[in-house]
Amino acid sequence: MTKSNGEKELQSLKEVTVRFAGDSGDGMQLTGTQFSNTTAIVGNDMSTLPDYPAEIRAPAGTLYGVSGFQLHFSSTDVHTPGDNADVLVAMNPAALKINLPEAKKDAVIIVNQDSFDSKNLKMAGYLVNPLDDDTLAGYKVIQVPITSLTATALKDTGLSTKEITRSKNFFALGMMYWLFNRPLEPTLEWISTKFKGEDMLIDGNTKALKAGYYFGDQTELFSTRYSVEPAKLAKGIYRNISGNEATAIGLTAAAKLSKLPLFLGSYPITPASDILHYLSRYKNYGVKTFQAEDEISGIASAIGAAFSGSLAVTTTSGPGLALKTEAIGLAVMTELPLVIVNVQRGGPSTGLPTKTEQSDLLQAAYGRNGEAPVVVLAASTPIDCFDMAIEAARIALKFMTPVILLTDGYIANGSEPWKVPNPDDLEPIEVEFATDPAKSRPYSRDENLARPWIKPGTPGMEHRIGGLEKANITGNVNYEPENHHFMCNLRAEKVKNVQRVIPDLEVDGDDSGELLVLGWGGTYGAIVEAVIHCREQGYKVSHSHLKYIVPLPKNTGEVLSKFKHVLIPELNLGQLAHIIRKEYLREVITLSKMKGLPFKSGEIQTKILEVLGGGNGN
Amino acid sequence: METNNVKQTDKLTAKDFASAQDVRWCPGCGDYSILAQVQRTFPILDIPKENFVWVSGIGCSSRFPYYMDTYGFHSIHGRATAIATGVKIARPELSVWVATGDGDLMSIGGNHFIHTCRKNVDIKIIMFNNRIYGLTKGQYSPTSEQGKVTRSTPYGSVDYPFNPPSLALGSEASFVARSFDREPKHMQEIIRRAADHKGTAFVEIYQNCNIFNDGAFKDLTDKETKDDTVVVLEHDKPMVFGKNKDKGVKFDGFNPIVIDLSNGKYSMDDVTLHNEFDASPVRAFILTHMSAEGHLPTPIGIFRQVLKPTYDGGVAAQLEQITKKKGEGTLEKLLFSGNTWEVE
Repeated sequence: MTKSNGEKELQSLKEVTVRFAGDSGDGMQLTGTQFSNTTAIVGNDMSTLPDYPAEIRAPAGTLYGVSGFQLHFSSTDVHTPGDNADVLVAMNPAALKINLPEAKKDAVIIVNQDSFDSKNLKMAGYLVNPLDDDTLAGYKVIQVPITSLTATALKDTGLSTKEITRSKNFFALGMMYWLFNRPLEPTLEWISTKFKGEDMLIDGNTKALKAGYYFGDQTELFSTRYSVEPAKLAKGIYRNISGNEATAIGLTAAAKLSKLPLFLGSYPITPASDILHYLSRYKNYGVKTFQAEDEISGIASAIGAAFSGSLAVTTTSGPGLALKTEAIGLAVMTELPLVIVNVQRGGPSTGLPTKTEQSDLLQAAYGRNGEAPVVVLAASTPIDCFDMAIEAARIALKFMTPVILLTDGYIANGSEPWKVPNPDDLEPIEVEFATDPAKSRPYSRDENLARPWIKPGTPGMEHRIGGLEKANITGNVNYEPENHHFMCNLRAEKVKNVQRVIPDLEVDGDDSGELLVLGWGGTYGAIVEAVIHCREQGYKVSHSHLKYIVPLPKNTGEVLSKFKHVLIPELNLGQLAHIIRKEYLREVITLSKMKGLPFKSGEIQTKILEVLGGGNGN
Repeated sequence: METNNVKQTDKLTAKDFASAQDVRWCPGCGDYSILAQVQRTFPILDIPKENFVWVSGIGCSSRFPYYMDTYGFHSIHGRATAIATGVKIARPELSVWVATGDGDLMSIGGNHFIHTCRKNVDIKIIMFNNRIYGLTKGQYSPTSEQGKVTRSTPYGSVDYPFNPPSLALGSEASFVARSFDREPKHMQEIIRRAADHKGTAFVEIYQNCNIFNDGAFKDLTDKETKDDTVVVLEHDKPMVFGKNKDKGVKFDGFNPIVIDLSNGKYSMDDVTLHNEFDASPVRAFILTHMSAEGHLPTPIGIFRQVLKPTYDGGVAAQLEQITKKKGEGTLEKLLFSGNTWEVE
């Protein structure tokens, strides 16, 4: 599949995994995002993994300051950001050292030769320059003096040395665009919008990008360039979207579908802040965002907005969810609709703020004083965040209950091409405010046990709610023993009733057999890919993915009962496994990973083969 | 709708604001007076009854919403101002009130309080200050005087108390006032003025807890002593006090001093006029620090009020402005925004 392109070979590939790595100040996230957007526009299927440190600008050259961005693109379906990179771009020795283990053994390694000086080598802990010894034996190493080539290209732009040095990521990006035969236009457009009014910066970054591109074309260092044909995606309009943006759009869509104003009370926290950023732009959609003084005020203000008739949301990550605990209990007691989005990160405590984990499941399901049941949902991919945000709102409004939507740092920051749904295909959300005192009491019940929603400002419906135990129907404070027993059961039953409106758990593959891989949340892509590979090797394995965890779909027990083994891979020490064991009194096999990183499909594949007696999967 | 509402409010009486719930404060508690004055004041505010919302936290004072026949939310400890903020941002047309105490607002709710003041959210905060934790049965509070002997401080408290109006002023509250449970007329006036103010209104009410801190404000409220211990702040009027109106407060630079108007040395012209609309908060700040401890009368009334745009008003204005500029967002616009491309 090669053809001549001038003097260079053009080799067609089915799929490629590229990893950009450099200092946290080198602009690797930007480079990766630009490459992703262009790749999506070209028509490849794609998945990304930003992997960055908690420090904003760690000292240059240090190992802990390395920021990486991996993306996997293909002419067929893509489910993960790729296990190991085919191409690694390392902007300095530290980036090389940290990321080499993430590259395939025969990967193409492109290094910024200029940065391999004695100071940077020492900072990265290299006693000998790895470009000079056999550290990189077996790899296809391409050394490019990126810093000095950028400086030469930009010398007449009038930019300062510092500004020129900062443009080197665009040189690297241009080079990669040449290597993978991608157009420059999307990034050129982005540059002119981003730096509007700063002509020198537009000129400089444009020159750097083009210089990188032409360098690829002219240098003898590259003998081959690659093309990855567009994937056969379904017809439609597409956009590239991250999980956090999809969540923000989903919440706004839910507001439109329910004809309610959207209120967000939130406090900045990694990796959830982007949802606040996106929603704060949607003012013309009737979205009010309140950056509160702390996490508690974030949820408390949202509860106030819910009381007064808004679709109310609070967004956070693990430590913030812990702080909101008492207020969630208040929302349970007052039976107000509230969406709580928790973008999970590594814990406990401050933990690994920029890294992914799934370790808040039990906190979400149980972490409150008293018997305080809430609905818990989990999104499985960046795109799925859109659907599940709407689901969370729909359930909260229908059942007058708080709903916790779990996403995680991996799907929140990762992106993929999204076939934009037809607005007419989205189901409206019915909301009715009670206005007739003859028909509704504050705590009267519908067929699902939901209470009516009564907005302040409604004449004749004045009532008081609060955290003290309530009597059913009247909603008056009530301390009687029988009443408390009754109400605790009622609240539990109401949440259980959500089973009536959620879809059954589906099985991908045979619906009975030796092994079911049961996943939840962001492990979806890695499990799908692992299962595909196992099937290609002739193994029979099925996969189910839970998006509704409290309550579980009503057929869950039945699905599980048809399999001899259930394997649960999760980025915690067995939290879904705990729930499944408790609910169905059955043994499950767990696969845990607590490294702040998503599963590689190979890790799951190995475990599947181990369970199926297929050796260790090597 | 407008005319209906006005008609309706015209007819309202204090009774219309009393809920069916039995009031469960201890007999003799100062809270009864606060409830009565609020119920007497609300009918004259020209606000439709259904537009009142009371939000409270936890403590004796926070039972208040149950006794008002308005929309009410008895929430969790310290969070009333945060919840009220959400109500007001979401529904600026509502009249949002917070009932809270010195423990609820100054201690666990301190952070929410200062930020509510800073943002100038248009809510009215009525803080019942009895300088004790009542509902938990008698521990010292953040407004208890140093050396206070309570169940949790059997040898006397070591820490210094907050001065609530001073904290409110320091947090840029746009309306700061004080009244007493034993001064019904004065309290009604202050509640009315707070209601009329557009912005965060903070009203501290000295309230006697006859069970755990009886007599805390005795000198300020007893008929025999109050004329000499209290100065009533009135705008553009000299700060005079005393049984025979024979004493005045004069600012000697930054120091308030008491001058004797009976011995011929000073006249009424020497008494400093109170300016509640003072552009600078400095005088008001000094007034909040006047007390018997410094051999000065304790002020009641409005320390300061200034008009500035509210937070909720700003949020609404921005929403309107951006919507005008960009056009109302539709579902279609939302979904197809950003960089899109077509696969054929």
